[in-house]
Amino acid sequence: MKRQVRRLGVAMLVLYAVLFIQLNVVQVVRANDYNSNPANIRAVTRDYGRPRGQILAADGTLLARSVADNSHFKRRREYPEHGLFAAITGSFSFTFGSDGVEKTYNDELSGRSTNGSVKNFVDLLTDQQHTNDVVVTVNKAVQQAAKDALGDRAGSVVAIDPRDGSILALWSFPTYDPEPISQTDQAAARQARTLLLLDPNKPLLPRSFRETFFPGSTFKVVTASAGLSSGKVTPEQPVYPTETQFVPPNTTRPIRNFGGERCGGNLFDILRVSCNTSFARMGVDLGAETLVGQAQAFGFGETPPLDLPNPAAASISGVDFFKQNVALLAQTAIGQNTVRATPLQMAMVAAGIANNGVVMTPHVLKEVRDDQGNVVRRYNPSPWKTAVTPQVAATVRDAMVQVAQRGTATRLQVPGVPTAGKTGTAQIGNGKSHAWIIGFAPATAPRVAIAVIVESQSGASEATGGRVAAPIGQKVLQAALNAVPAAP
Amino acid sequence: MTSWVRRNTELGLIVLGAVITAGLYVLASIGRTASLPANIIPFLLIVLALLAAGHLAMRRLAPGADGVLLPIAGLLNGIGYVMIARLDQRLAGLQATWTLIGVAAFIGTLIVVRRVRDLERYRYTFMLLGVGLLLLPLLPGIGRNINGARIWVSLGPLNFQPGEFAKIALAIFFASYLVEKREVLGIAARRVGPLALPEIRHFGPVLLAWAASLLVMVAEKDLGSSLLFFALFITLLWVATERASYLAVGLVMFSAGAVIAWRVFAHVQERVDIWLHPFADPSGSGYQVVQATFALAWGGIAGTGLGLGNPGRIPAAATDFIFAAIGEELGLLGSAAIVVAFLLMVGAGLRIALRADSPFETLLATGLTTILGVQAFIIMGGVIRLVPLTGITLPFVSYGGSSLVANYILLALLLRISAGDAAAAPAPGADDETTFGTLRR
Repeated sequence: MKRQVRRLGVAMLVLYAVLFIQLNVVQVVRANDYNSNPANIRAVTRDYGRPRGQILAADGTLLARSVADNSHFKRRREYPEHGLFAAITGSFSFTFGSDGVEKTYNDELSGRSTNGSVKNFVDLLTDQQHTNDVVVTVNKAVQQAAKDALGDRAGSVVAIDPRDGSILALWSFPTYDPEPISQTDQAAARQARTLLLLDPNKPLLPRSFRETFFPGSTFKVVTASAGLSSGKVTPEQPVYPTETQFVPPNTTRPIRNFGGERCGGNLFDILRVSCNTSFARMGVDLGAETLVGQAQAFGFGETPPLDLPNPAAASISGVDFFKQNVALLAQTAIGQNTVRATPLQMAMVAAGIANNGVVMTPHVLKEVRDDQGNVVRRYNPSPWKTAVTPQVAATVRDAMVQVAQRGTATRLQVPGVPTAGKTGTAQIGNGKSHAWIIGFAPATAPRVAIAVIVESQSGASEATGGRVAAPIGQKVLQAALNAVPAAP
Repeated sequence: MTSWVRRNTELGLIVLGAVITAGLYVLASIGRTASLPANIIPFLLIVLALLAAGHLAMRRLAPGADGVLLPIAGLLNGIGYVMIARLDQRLAGLQATWTLIGVAAFIGTLIVVRRVRDLERYRYTFMLLGVGLLLLPLLPGIGRNINGARIWVSLGPLNFQPGEFAKIALAIFFASYLVEKREVLGIAARRVGPLALPEIRHFGPVLLAWAASLLVMVAEKDLGSSLLFFALFITLLWVATERASYLAVGLVMFSAGAVIAWRVFAHVQERVDIWLHPFADPSGSGYQVVQATFALAWGGIAGTGLGLGNPGRIPAAATDFIFAAIGEELGLLGSAAIVVAFLLMVGAGLRIALRADSPFETLLATGLTTILGVQAFIIMGGVIRLVPLTGITLPFVSYGGSSLVANYILLALLLRISAGDAAAAPAPGADDETTFGTLRR
């Protein structure tokens, strides 16, 4: 009997040893896997209850802060500007996770970035948490101008500093107030979010950078750049025939000018009046490789390295596709059918032209400050794409200045400031169209580039973009010029 | 001399355990509310008083008994209490009451059971008691279905799990019966292939009791207890007969039973599925195990600190899953300490079995130790997904009156065995000096 008891002891020892090994596997070896499992909300809970830094606009406007709360989370997030900056700040929800700057700069805000966590020896011992404040490039005056100018029409406004890629305004309507869905009462937060999700106008979707649209005639800036870059188009040559319609190869469906107008001429002429037939011809003449290559050089087909979660990529069909469908190449050259872009992407097209052909990395981070207000990190601007040469950029810019001076975009013209622009009216059927404007100012030394889209407007003439979108662009350009100093 | 040394060792360990418990209690309070618990002095006094009562009872009633078991049990009880208090103040108050009753039952057992050998005489009483207790929850009117298992009995305001007590009664029955029949059971009456089988006549009663209890538990959907009883029975059979063939038969029967249960019962299938693929449905069927895994992983090596984790996310954190809650807040260091504590208890229990004077005592000590060690293993292993999860309490640590009281009784029996014949022990009130000469060791 005693021998069996001893063996039982050995067996128990083995069982407990296995238990100990498995305990090590769960608590140490695989701990990181489990901690980062999407179903695990412990990390979220931790961040939610912790002190959290503020989000500030470039002009110092308070966009988000944590305040004491008597729920078991101890803190809740407040958004004093409510819906105005929702696309930038995002929300900070315990149940639904976070979005916007709350997500991309979570480590900074919660003080877990290397700069924030441990600064001196005492911090190591006291577990004092240093949160950081995040200052964004967006300016309240510009954002407010965008909101006021767009009003209650569905659409987006993007303003960007072409010199460094700073986003000055990122507005889309409808939007949402991040506060109700970030509240600590989970049932109420869930209800608030459900209501937003049920809204057919998708207020939770920041369409300025997460939704793509046909760019319409604003894409002609890309087509013109392609022509100039290829050398096949110069300011003087070719002179496109004056006509009311053009039938591309391999189709019987003609491309018509808006309202049956007759147009043609050199690059400056056709951009000024936004001549569909001429740009369709240009697209076909240039060929798919040139046009698609130029679009890609502006960032089409690639997710922009924006520091906000999940930006959508502008898209254009591939070269092989157009070899099968030459007719669609003509449509693409005028921004229809196979090309789609976010308002952010179209702002970057304008910014690329404004910045001598270089598209800077778009970003909303200006700087990170510690809890004492010292800047611990400043955003370091970098080029994203080199779209065109400075010479090509200069020519396109001159053509766009004429568009704003005496073409379709006269309403974009900022009084007393040389302005460059291009309208767009992207037909979406049923006699409706998206009204677009892109542009920048001052044309001589650009400090701000913009893109505006007003969705689903009635009427489908080239005038729509100039009539509906250009005045919004003008107000936003004006506000941005006032807000952004001439010298950086 | 030995008894004197042992008791002083015990006293020292008990003080250490009380200090650790009080320290953890303070830490948990600071972690939760950033303030010292207002009731720390009364708390410490009560903890010390309870353990001191147990210790003094030992000095009087079983001076020669093992000096390690009571302090470890006290420490586990203390850690469990701190965790329960951190999770649920209401349960903590109840657990404190249960601890009081548990210690009283501990002392009561030491007083009543003066000689373990006396229990042998009542073996069939214990069998009936054990089976009766097991059947109790099935009775309409008093039986209660809680969380899918019908293992509760409600008598007026009192809820308890009779199965916790049944396991002790059945361990006594198994041990006494097997001791008597070990000779005949060890002799092969006939051979079936390589197996030597004893006469069915000797085998009958014990097989019947075992099968009945298993069936009852399956009917009550209490898988953990079924597994525990099976392990207890096979172990005792093997130790008593010294025939490894019983182990082999047991394993075969276990495998067959497991396969049949898996085929027949949906809830068994579900348990196995959750065990194999807990992340298939992390917010549904796998929720509990997944949350326990997350809690343990979050704790890492050093833990979040008491009061600083989120063990409230784990369903049944104060009862079956208290091990995960401890693992989160005290880390691998804390969870490994629990594992080591149980291993020490198993070691002490088996040492008692080896040194017992009679085969019955050896067998009973082995049985009681097996219950303690296997039960702890089943639930800890279930929580960390080493074995499929079966709901069962972690002895001394989990919240639960029946479990706590039953385990203190179990502990008292083990200590009584280790003390040797109580006939040799002095009557209450006798001087310690008189003990030395009469001690066996």
